[in-house]
Amino acid sequence: MHRLVSAAVPLMAALAAFACAAVILVALGASPVDGFRAIFSGAFGSVDRLSVTAVRAAPLILVGAGISISFRASVINIGGEGQIIAGALLSTVVALAFPDLPRPVLLPMVLVAGLVGGGIWGAIPGALKAYASVNEILSTIMLNIVAVQFMNFMLRSPLIDPLEIERGTRIPQTERLSDNAALPTLIGGTRLHLGVVVAIVAAIGAYVLLWRTPLGFRLRAVGHSPDAARAAGIPVKRSIVTALALSGSLAGLAGAILVFGSEGQRMVTDGSAAGFTGSAGFNGIVAALFGGLHPLWTIPSAYVFGGLITGANHLQRVLQVPAALAVTLNGIVVMFVVSSSNVRERMSSLLQARSEFRESESTIASEEVVSS
Amino acid sequence: MSEFFTISVLFATLAAGIRLATPYLLAGLGETIGQRSGVLNLGVDGVMQLSAFFAYWTALRTDNLWLAALVGLGVGVVMGVVYGVMTVQFKAEQGISGIGIFLFGLGFSDLMFQRKVGTPTFVPHKLPTVDIPLLSDIPNLGPALFSHSLLTYMAFLMVPLVSLLLSRTTFGTNIRAVGENPEAADSLGVSVARVRYTSIIIGNAMAGVAGTALVLDLGIFQPNLTQGLGFIAVALVYFGAWRAPGVMVGALLYGLVQATVVSWKALEIIPRSWSDIASSAPAVLTIVALVVLAGRISPPAALAKPFDRH
Repeated sequence: MHRLVSAAVPLMAALAAFACAAVILVALGASPVDGFRAIFSGAFGSVDRLSVTAVRAAPLILVGAGISISFRASVINIGGEGQIIAGALLSTVVALAFPDLPRPVLLPMVLVAGLVGGGIWGAIPGALKAYASVNEILSTIMLNIVAVQFMNFMLRSPLIDPLEIERGTRIPQTERLSDNAALPTLIGGTRLHLGVVVAIVAAIGAYVLLWRTPLGFRLRAVGHSPDAARAAGIPVKRSIVTALALSGSLAGLAGAILVFGSEGQRMVTDGSAAGFTGSAGFNGIVAALFGGLHPLWTIPSAYVFGGLITGANHLQRVLQVPAALAVTLNGIVVMFVVSSSNVRERMSSLLQARSEFRESESTIASEEVVSS
Repeated sequence: MSEFFTISVLFATLAAGIRLATPYLLAGLGETIGQRSGVLNLGVDGVMQLSAFFAYWTALRTDNLWLAALVGLGVGVVMGVVYGVMTVQFKAEQGISGIGIFLFGLGFSDLMFQRKVGTPTFVPHKLPTVDIPLLSDIPNLGPALFSHSLLTYMAFLMVPLVSLLLSRTTFGTNIRAVGENPEAADSLGVSVARVRYTSIIIGNAMAGVAGTALVLDLGIFQPNLTQGLGFIAVALVYFGAWRAPGVMVGALLYGLVQATVVSWKALEIIPRSWSDIASSAPAVLTIVALVVLAGRISPPAALAKPFDRH
């Protein structure tokens, strides 16, 4: 019964979002029937569209699985955008540094570089939370802003394609990166590439890590109750850093996949905040919430939201309704999902430990003040 | 560097800093009221973008800035009601629900802009500056401090008003009570829900005015206009230790840092290629401030905790 209710919540939220979408479409002077048909055919209408949707879903799967890990440790990671960028930048630098390595060496190397870059960008707010009691919601959001500006700097100056300077167009993008780092296409004639498989395997890996390994047990114990975990000898602070680093590394992997699965085989932005990521760092949060903060459920959930993105792009072409409708609907879905009662209970039980951690930290801090 | 340290450039930077501080201050004060009642609102940035678009659109169509400001305020009120329903009525987890508001505001303002305006167009008239008689005639300092838009004056006037509201009025006492100990407030007959709803609506209305001030100052809208300004406003509340004057100090600091960066870019003290790095100064500053301040001040005890009446 409980499982049935859990499954019903995303469906209700989706229905509510659809109702809102219909209202918005009418308000914009478009027919909702035509609009939904355009979204659906754009997302799932042919083998080609299905594969484009899968490609769009891959970063959402990774970010969503990462968010699930951090949530289980009672840490909220809103830094997906920044972590994607950090992973993408590091993997790009690796590909630029070793362009001639053979594919079996270079491809794994750039993927690992993505993991490392995102992991570092996630570990920073983790360490700030664990050792300086800095609220990770705020620090991850700030690190998103920093990452975007740093990326704009890197792609406009040190890493810019020399051709862009020669031609004077100055598009913030790198040169075409080594083909040996490209994620191979799986089905000829479609965009479906190995990155989708990597993302699914990583999400399964996140599930195995959380529920089948001692590390996962420790993270969940810390998420459940830091005090009890500490009493059991689990290093709470280090676990918090680990949770955010793991969460960030999956987002960083998404960044590498965005670069090496792109048609241009390069890292490119347009100077705006979502220019490179396409807001995957935020959309991944939506996918994770919709999937009940479970890494495995995040996979189908991300596919649905990937479909919303490709569908909205199609909608723009067919009915001239801007693709920003997808972000709007994502926001509405979050609003409905968090407001539904059993998600609320689930989340508050997961995040109970957050305030407990904060309180035990401040007790320790005040005890230190008293004793000194 | 020496070209920066001239009287005219320094005072121009000061004036720009105060102007740029306005949206931070309005949004930060609004968030302060909400957080003192125990509600964290991470959706400020989205509300600002929505209000900015609708105020801009109104100004573009009617050339009536008063009406535009009223529309911006109204959008804030509507979003306040929405956020109140989510967090007070349905007790949604506040760490994540604001992200829903943010995404909705980001997407919907973009959507409306592309569909209803399309090509970026300047409003017929930007927010006019009002010189305060006599004071604005003081050499150098006068134009820097007393030649601003009405919304800027209003923002700074709100600082003592919010302080007084929180410390000297019954409603302010109730706000603080439900933010610190909602159970006790409830047992004394204070309606936690009503106080929180009102605080959230006031806070969002101020975020709406902040978005309006931002867009009418620039005179033009673009998607993702705020570029994270609303999130920094949330951090300003921590920076200001949940007090209006503290938030003002923070807002001024941000305004001045931003104005200095703009001025240094113009004077090419910062090489053009480094201008993106320099633009991240406010965000870096926020992280540093959070590290320095963390643990020294404690937030309202019931912050981000939904209240359940048993």
